[in-house]
Amino acid sequence: MVEVKNFVQGETGEWEVIIGLEVHAQVASQSKLFSGASAKFGGEPNSQVSLVDAGMPGMLPVINQYCVEQAVRTGLALGAEINLVSIFDRKNYFYPDLPQGYQISQYSDPIVGRGDLLVEVDSGYTRKIGITRLHLEQDAGKSMHDQHPNKTFVDLNRSGIALMEIVTEPDLRSAEEAGAFMAKLRAILRYVGTCDGNMEEGSMRCDANVSVRRPGEPYGTRCEIKNLNSIRFLMRAIDYESGRQVRLIEAGGSIDQETRLFNPDLGETKSMRSKEDSHDYRYFPDPDLLPLRLDSDWVAGLRERLPELPDAKAERFVKHYELTEYDAGVLTSETERATYFEEVAKGRDSKQVANWVIGELLGRLNREGISIERSKVGAAGFGKLLDLISQGVVSNSLAKKVLDEMFSTGEEAAVIVERKGFSQVSDEKQIEKYVQKVLDENLEKVEEFKNGKDKLLGFFVGQVMKLTGGKANPQMVNKILRDLLSK
Amino acid sequence: MDLDKETVASVAKLCRIEIQEQDLTPMAQELSNILSWIEQLREVDVSSCEPLSSVVEAELKMRDDTVMDGDLAEDVVGNAPDSTNNYFLVPKVIE
Amino acid sequence: MGAKNSLAGLTVVEIRDGLRNGDFTVGELVDDHIHAAERAKNLNGYITETPDLAKDMASKSDDKISRQELGSLEGVPVAVKDLFCTKGIRTTAASKILDNFVPTYESRVTENLWGAGAVLMGKANMDEFAMGSSNITSAYGPAINPWKRESDGDDLAPGGSSGGSAALVSAGVVPVAIGTDTGGSIRQPAAFCGVVGVKPTYGRCSRWGTIAFASSLDQAGPITRSVHDAAIVLEAMSGHDRRDTTSVDRPVPQFEKFLSQSIKGLKVGIPKEYLSDSLPTEINKLWGDGGQWFKESGAELVDISLPHTKYALPSYYIVAPAEASSNLARYDGVKYGMRVSDKSLEQQYSKTRGSGFGPEVKRRIMIGTYVLSAGYYDAYYIHAQKVRRLILEDFNSAFKKVDIILTPTTPNESFGLRDKLDDPVAMYLNDIFTVPASMAGLPAISVPCGLSGTGLPLGLQLIGPAFEESRLFQFGEKLERAAEFSKQPSSYVG
Repeated sequence: MVEVKNFVQGETGEWEVIIGLEVHAQVASQSKLFSGASAKFGGEPNSQVSLVDAGMPGMLPVINQYCVEQAVRTGLALGAEINLVSIFDRKNYFYPDLPQGYQISQYSDPIVGRGDLLVEVDSGYTRKIGITRLHLEQDAGKSMHDQHPNKTFVDLNRSGIALMEIVTEPDLRSAEEAGAFMAKLRAILRYVGTCDGNMEEGSMRCDANVSVRRPGEPYGTRCEIKNLNSIRFLMRAIDYESGRQVRLIEAGGSIDQETRLFNPDLGETKSMRSKEDSHDYRYFPDPDLLPLRLDSDWVAGLRERLPELPDAKAERFVKHYELTEYDAGVLTSETERATYFEEVAKGRDSKQVANWVIGELLGRLNREGISIERSKVGAAGFGKLLDLISQGVVSNSLAKKVLDEMFSTGEEAAVIVERKGFSQVSDEKQIEKYVQKVLDENLEKVEEFKNGKDKLLGFFVGQVMKLTGGKANPQMVNKILRDLLSK
Repeated sequence: MDLDKETVASVAKLCRIEIQEQDLTPMAQELSNILSWIEQLREVDVSSCEPLSSVVEAELKMRDDTVMDGDLAEDVVGNAPDSTNNYFLVPKVIE
Repeated sequence: MGAKNSLAGLTVVEIRDGLRNGDFTVGELVDDHIHAAERAKNLNGYITETPDLAKDMASKSDDKISRQELGSLEGVPVAVKDLFCTKGIRTTAASKILDNFVPTYESRVTENLWGAGAVLMGKANMDEFAMGSSNITSAYGPAINPWKRESDGDDLAPGGSSGGSAALVSAGVVPVAIGTDTGGSIRQPAAFCGVVGVKPTYGRCSRWGTIAFASSLDQAGPITRSVHDAAIVLEAMSGHDRRDTTSVDRPVPQFEKFLSQSIKGLKVGIPKEYLSDSLPTEINKLWGDGGQWFKESGAELVDISLPHTKYALPSYYIVAPAEASSNLARYDGVKYGMRVSDKSLEQQYSKTRGSGFGPEVKRRIMIGTYVLSAGYYDAYYIHAQKVRRLILEDFNSAFKKVDIILTPTTPNESFGLRDKLDDPVAMYLNDIFTVPASMAGLPAISVPCGLSGTGLPLGLQLIGPAFEESRLFQFGEKLERAAEFSKQPSSYVG
């Protein structure tokens, strides 16, 4: 791996930006971490709340085994250590959307320890990012401050939903790296199915710790930017924040360790009103929950049943399908994409399939903002279109038009080709007629060609194609042209 | 172990209990007495032992991931001092 | 004060026999207990009485009896400490902060009782959030001990925190009351009121729906007038609950069967560390008598050592307040209970909690917050939990040598309700003999065994190995039989 220096230029010299992330990923479970209430998004106020989630007196937490399993699977997917004994602690603080007055989390003994994630950055290099830990914790409820002039509304539907907090080492060096990390992490979570990665609904969000330093010097003071709910915001917030810190230090100021919020409308981070009392969460083991002990065989079983992960899949695509690393990377960045590709590639020319999926299908999907699993063009239908090309029924360029149709109507390729009369003309006699017509109409050019102006062949092909509305089989046109011209 | 007034005030703030200014000193005295009595624990050599957080020697029992609770918004807010449309209401929190 | 021919004053066993024989109906039984409660109003034993519900439950019980469907506690009137959430019935924890809180759910322990046929008479008075050893911390005024000194008529403490429960049973208002014990809250008031109190092994009873004080210590248990009754009631209360993962999934023995079992050849441990110069001679003497009685029943006395006993109480006063400070954070005026409104949320929190909690609760929340706070956590909380392990290990090695341990329940008899107000530590020392078993999660029983020089009841405590409540009943029955404790308090209304 090449050590990439990623410095930003200030007024007085170079600065290095140091970033660590704390990602909150909602476990894709039916019910909450410690109660049987639904973990679905939305819902009428306080309708997905059990008496446990509401912090009623005498209520006790009972842990959801599925959530434990997903945390372990995520840890395994990140190549991290699984701690066979972990402890649930109470993090004590007062807030209206925290009904118990404490959040059940894991502090001293998390379920997952040290791991690594390889991140491919668009600029063309790869960086290994350390994962410090992953732990399970409860989400808080929702406070709404815009419903009433002097009251805050509290809805506890989210209260108690299972989150995995994934903490990285301060290994990221730019907004681009941070964005690539989030994208890669999101892909892995979706591959193993432990989190749906839906950032709009808050299933995945992150806090960024940002500091700057002169290259080679010790870490500077960091600021924590809270609750970034899209990769774009994460990247913009880091760029703004690192710039702010550089300008402040260069102007002779110093950085206060503080929590900041990113305002996407202004593109700025702003200090949150400093809490009057410094945070003293008084963590201690939750006496309602015994230590969580995992069986090593059980963990080994989960490891065995883990699906193929993006890096391994990409490697296989390069080897087995003879794709470029870039194409393999694009095709494996989402599990649905990879599955789609493999389905289409079955029994077909894998390079052609890759070109069509990446060049044509993904482009159209991106423009429309549709995910591949929602595409009207399924893998089977897409494959049939490619078959029409290789069978010579339709030309490459017309196939693109067919795809356009398929994309908007969901119709089968063959039906569209038939209806639009896109079938390629491969009848030798018919093509000969067209060629002869073109030659008859351009006698001067035929003479020039015969006198050695070879380049004119392209002109004749073009004329034939124009005459046939693009339907003539180009290889045959070429062949027949050469035959007739050499006579 | 002597607690001063300021420590008492900051602890009170941490646990959100209002203590009148004139009560801080007597409270400091009381808490100091209790803590000095507790100090005798220092005599115990605990270097070779792990803290005990539960006397129950059992596995943490888990439940299946099924939705079997909820849909009781009226019960949830039924005892609330202030609520509307099944939301809890509190004085506006200024962010 | 007892009323002629009142059914109040019967034991559970007598009620069971009487109902089986058709001597009386549950309706009659419950009416007499409602009247008994009226005669005992001055004891302030109930925070909330539920006579209408009791009559309703009684008539259902009579129907069941007519169909020969008798539960193990069929028709038995029960008072429940106001720490157990009862569906549709105000539950206060004797605190202003929960004023008018009406749970929409029923605690598992009380659900078990009603399932066994018991009848709820009312919610018993207690120390606020179960924090106290005298009942003076109740926001509803203290319950009063039915016993008086022979020398004066002063109101005495029923003990705490389950003081209302113990007072009601002692005075004959109910045959059974349910309490909770965190550091002695069943055993100490049982001893002060001359009744039997059992704290089962941690995990024996579900804590679901019981308002938490210190989660790693809290256990529900019965207060009755006989060891036999306690065995019947504990069996009905106990059992695994999937909603409380600290409750233990193991069968509940038929405790009654053990009452008559011989103790011949079994070993009773006498821990030397419980002996102290400050222990009143009459308590020392009673303890000696207890040992003697066991010897006469064929058991052997064995001197044992529980070296960390003296550290149990100070470590308890770290662990319990720490857990309480967190458990009581939910009382914030947002979701239920009292609110002192303010424009500022922070002010509202502080004012609500400042005026909603009483002085002892505030004191313990403050101590608990302090010992968990940054910089002190290891020195206090972790240290105390390590000491706790040593205490548990002391008991574990003792139980390799003996079958049961005998100690006094309390270091003193009941005291005036106005005494000990100023010095919290002096009050805490009431629990010096009960706290070690709590810290180790072990089952223990207090059996009334004699009277002090001033004519007040004194109890002896038996501590058993984990989940060996059966032994408490086996040995407790021998103690009860030998002590022949039969005197009734001056305020007896049964």
